[in-house]
Amino acid sequence: MLKILKGGLQTSVQDLGRIGFQKYGVIASGVMDPFAHRLANLLVGNDEQLATLEISLVGPKIQFTEDTLIALCGGDLSPQINGSPIKTWRMLVVKKDSTLTFGEPRIGARCYLAVAGGIQVEEVMGSRSTYLRAGIGGFKGRSLTKGDDIHNGELTPIQLKALERSSDNEFDWLVPPARYFEEPIIRMIKGKQFELFNNTSKDQIFTEAFSVSGNSDRMGYRLEGPSLALEEPTELISEAVAFGSVQVPIDGNPIILMADRQTTGGYPKIGQVASVDLPLIAQLKQGQSLRFKEISLADAQQRYIEQEQHIREIKASIQLKQEEWK
Amino acid sequence: MKASFSPLGDQAIVVELGNKIDEETEQQVRKLSVLLENRQPEWLIEVIPAFVTVSVFYDPCIATYDVVKMEMKELLNHLGEDLPTQSRTIEIPVCYGGEFGPDLEFVAQHNNLTTREVIDIHTSGDYSVHMIGFAPGFPFIGGMSEKIAAPRRDSPRLRIPERTVGIAGNQTGAYPIETPGGWQLIGRTPIRLFRPEDDIPSLLQAGDKIIFKEISEKEYHAWEDEPNAENT
Repeated sequence: MLKILKGGLQTSVQDLGRIGFQKYGVIASGVMDPFAHRLANLLVGNDEQLATLEISLVGPKIQFTEDTLIALCGGDLSPQINGSPIKTWRMLVVKKDSTLTFGEPRIGARCYLAVAGGIQVEEVMGSRSTYLRAGIGGFKGRSLTKGDDIHNGELTPIQLKALERSSDNEFDWLVPPARYFEEPIIRMIKGKQFELFNNTSKDQIFTEAFSVSGNSDRMGYRLEGPSLALEEPTELISEAVAFGSVQVPIDGNPIILMADRQTTGGYPKIGQVASVDLPLIAQLKQGQSLRFKEISLADAQQRYIEQEQHIREIKASIQLKQEEWK
Repeated sequence: MKASFSPLGDQAIVVELGNKIDEETEQQVRKLSVLLENRQPEWLIEVIPAFVTVSVFYDPCIATYDVVKMEMKELLNHLGEDLPTQSRTIEIPVCYGGEFGPDLEFVAQHNNLTTREVIDIHTSGDYSVHMIGFAPGFPFIGGMSEKIAAPRRDSPRLRIPERTVGIAGNQTGAYPIETPGGWQLIGRTPIRLFRPEDDIPSLLQAGDKIIFKEISEKEYHAWEDEPNAENT
């Protein structure tokens, strides 16, 4: 069990999202950085779908009531076990009564804590993700706070063996960590309404830098930079939006829609972030900036397929390592 | 109108079936959504129908955009076939005015009507649900009389209680969950529009006909105390 001694800024239970219910207006939720979440799960021998804790900027303080296999992937929020710094992107064994704390956010904004067996909460509409706005899913539909007791699911025989084996508390291998940047280049496919924007805007979106405003959260990243405008005002009929849709409201400041986006929207979409670059955005802090670069649809799909293959290879090599535990 | 296709990023395709909101297009949208969900192609992740579009999310590792587009085109040939489309009529009881509808008076004044007249007009409309979106179970409802139209509030309320019924422009709707918003609030319904514990978590679906029925505060509370009464 994980005893939450401090909740942190926003620590919530998330998985890969609530799929199949957007047609009822139910937002997808789920992790902001799917890559980090999936690798954290794979490292501890979990299925990728299991829930992790999404930790943002100011981390929580967590006590483990028994020996536990964990992995932290994503941003480097200076994690420590019993006051000693620990490494991310690898599997660790934490001993009974150990305490996990976080310090300064060094690189990135979000970190995923996977525990063997997954974070165990009841599924709502097929997902364990917290839908903060509606107050459902996850742990009591909210972010974690002091006094919460979070359970992990049952361990597989291999996970139990790994726990027995570990004399020291670090395994000597890791997965290649994702790299995050101070001013990332975000690849973007032109949106359905791209051509409705005026020439200056069509030019500026790919040449100027945009900074992340303070109003950014799990729903969307609000950007500040050159103000973008349509060639002439146009009323659009609302339609579906997606993770990474870049929409431009009347005020001209683009918003990148993220995990807690609404299901539909009526603002013009100037672009759509390539799926493989979504984690780069999820790891941006307020005040950081980004630049957009055009990518074709075919290229974006190819990169996506390559990344999925890469994840499958990592999964296979982790499984090989785990064979050694038997 | 001939259907058009466009990508919504690298994992979705938007099929546009018309360029204005009308009954025929909405039927096409519903038909295509049902057809697709019945067929369950291997690449399908989920479908989001809207006013004139069906957005289809797919797994690019199984099928790329070009393949999905081709299969969607093929599917459109079957839209003419008769599909069992159930047309339901759902009654939504509403307690108008008072603390539930603090803006009923404003809507009346704005339209030079009495509050009684506003309620009578609101309960006699011929309503249908265009689509569900914006919030869980939130219906975009068409068919409200222009006579009770009212502009949004200048400054949105930070919290509108769940199940509040409101008016914005010439649209009426009900908030399934507590949310901020600028609608003029005219009443509240005791029945839940969002039911996360159910297989279909939205009471209303696109295509439903709606009847608003006036109830007293006493009836409202009786209903709220016995939440299952709505199913009997």
